[in-house]
Amino acid sequence: MSKVRVLVGTRKGAFILESDGKRRQWEISGPHFAGWEIYHLKGSAADTNRLYASQSSGWFGQQIQRSNDGGKTWEPVGNKFAYDGVPGTHQWYDGTPHPWEFKRVWHLEPSLTDPDMVYAGVEDAAIFSTTDGGRNWHELAGLRGHGTGPHWQPGAGGLCLHTIILDPSHPQRMWIAISAAGAFRTDDGGKTWKPINRGLHSLHIPNPTAEIGHCVHHIAMHKSRPGVLFMQKHWDVMRSDDGGEQWREVSGNLPTDFGFVIDVHAHEPETIYVVPIKSDSEHYVHEGKLRVFRSRTGGDQWQPLTQGLPQSHCYVNVLRDAMAVDSLDRCGVYFGTTGGQVYASADAGDTWTPIARDFPAVLSIEVQTLFVSG
Amino acid sequence: MVRVILPFHLRNLARVGRELTLDVKGPVTQRSILDALEAQYPMLRGTIRDHVTQRRRPFLRFFACEEDLSHESPDAPVPESVAAGSEPFVVLGAIAGGSGFGPPDGGSIARITRF
Repeated sequence: MSKVRVLVGTRKGAFILESDGKRRQWEISGPHFAGWEIYHLKGSAADTNRLYASQSSGWFGQQIQRSNDGGKTWEPVGNKFAYDGVPGTHQWYDGTPHPWEFKRVWHLEPSLTDPDMVYAGVEDAAIFSTTDGGRNWHELAGLRGHGTGPHWQPGAGGLCLHTIILDPSHPQRMWIAISAAGAFRTDDGGKTWKPINRGLHSLHIPNPTAEIGHCVHHIAMHKSRPGVLFMQKHWDVMRSDDGGEQWREVSGNLPTDFGFVIDVHAHEPETIYVVPIKSDSEHYVHEGKLRVFRSRTGGDQWQPLTQGLPQSHCYVNVLRDAMAVDSLDRCGVYFGTTGGQVYASADAGDTWTPIARDFPAVLSIEVQTLFVSG
Repeated sequence: MVRVILPFHLRNLARVGRELTLDVKGPVTQRSILDALEAQYPMLRGTIRDHVTQRRRPFLRFFACEEDLSHESPDAPVPESVAAGSEPFVVLGAIAGGSGFGPPDGGSIARITRF
């Protein structure tokens, strides 16, 4: 018997929604960590009962919570994220040097094979890892130290490392993305890194094709095609077929190519999803219509998906970590909005249903597909 | 024994009630109170004082006997009544603040009433 568990991080707590494979009736638990911002929760692929959550607040700072029972109970683990050595400076919004200061964990990426190993993307941008289930965190200092770090500038939401993708075919390879520094790759487990932004074109920076400085919003990859990457940038949807060495634009016929989320169908590596947002000055959906766009060709040709989604007077945003897919047949697609709705499709996006309507603003969505006996 | 009152969210995090008591060894100062608090409740490390600098987090204040102690030296003795346990040491979260806000200027908390 299959089950789906949707992990929802919001501005005021976390919620967990569970359903069977039909995905029609949902049991909701929460709010967990009520009143705290939950930037991200994610489960371990190596142990589906092991979940990690990033819990933070402007008053009390960062907590990392861990569950060993699928989210029923939680315990705080380590929350010390100290930069390695003398942190130095990055650029501030006005170009002046600004000290590196830890603010929060934006994204948690559990190892594909070890439930005690997790990577954390943080603000101010850096990557940390734990090998003891979250008790202790250490910076992979090669990222900030590879040379371009002092020139990184924050985007409007801060200088945040928000995307971490692990290569299932190459355990030492991973990709990350930073707003607003760009995308980077390591091939040696995080010791050394290189910018991988060739082909990106960003009009808002002095040199539109610079090595760094691009505001990458999110990257997605299908596990069967390591190195085929899809990117939603601050304007433009991009694609790389060589691990990020070169990118090309695949925005095609999208009504607007600004947005935050991007994701890949669980079984169709060339089927991708975005939610176009009107503009960088107007962070809500285009024309008052909440539309997911799907391309079955890896970009360029896009189809609007609207059935079950509001098509008038809708002015929500969908933030960069707020979309995910399950691996059932047919693939389920889920996303959450800043208006507090969580929408689900049990048919790869053809039709949508709200499975939560009145949550606090949604910051992240992750989905676990569970196969249980009985 | 020193009495401590924590803000709502830290009570939940530490799973304690409205007021807790601590056995503080040696001189009773802000630092020694917080050291004892964090030793007994390790999940509170980093929530009141920055992990690395050990400075008070900007949106928290320390009060006792209706006085704001936030700008006192962390190693200065707290009022005798706090050390004696007749008055609580209060860790108070600012009403202002949250995500997107910078640190407040001094004096952003206008009035403290007795608990």
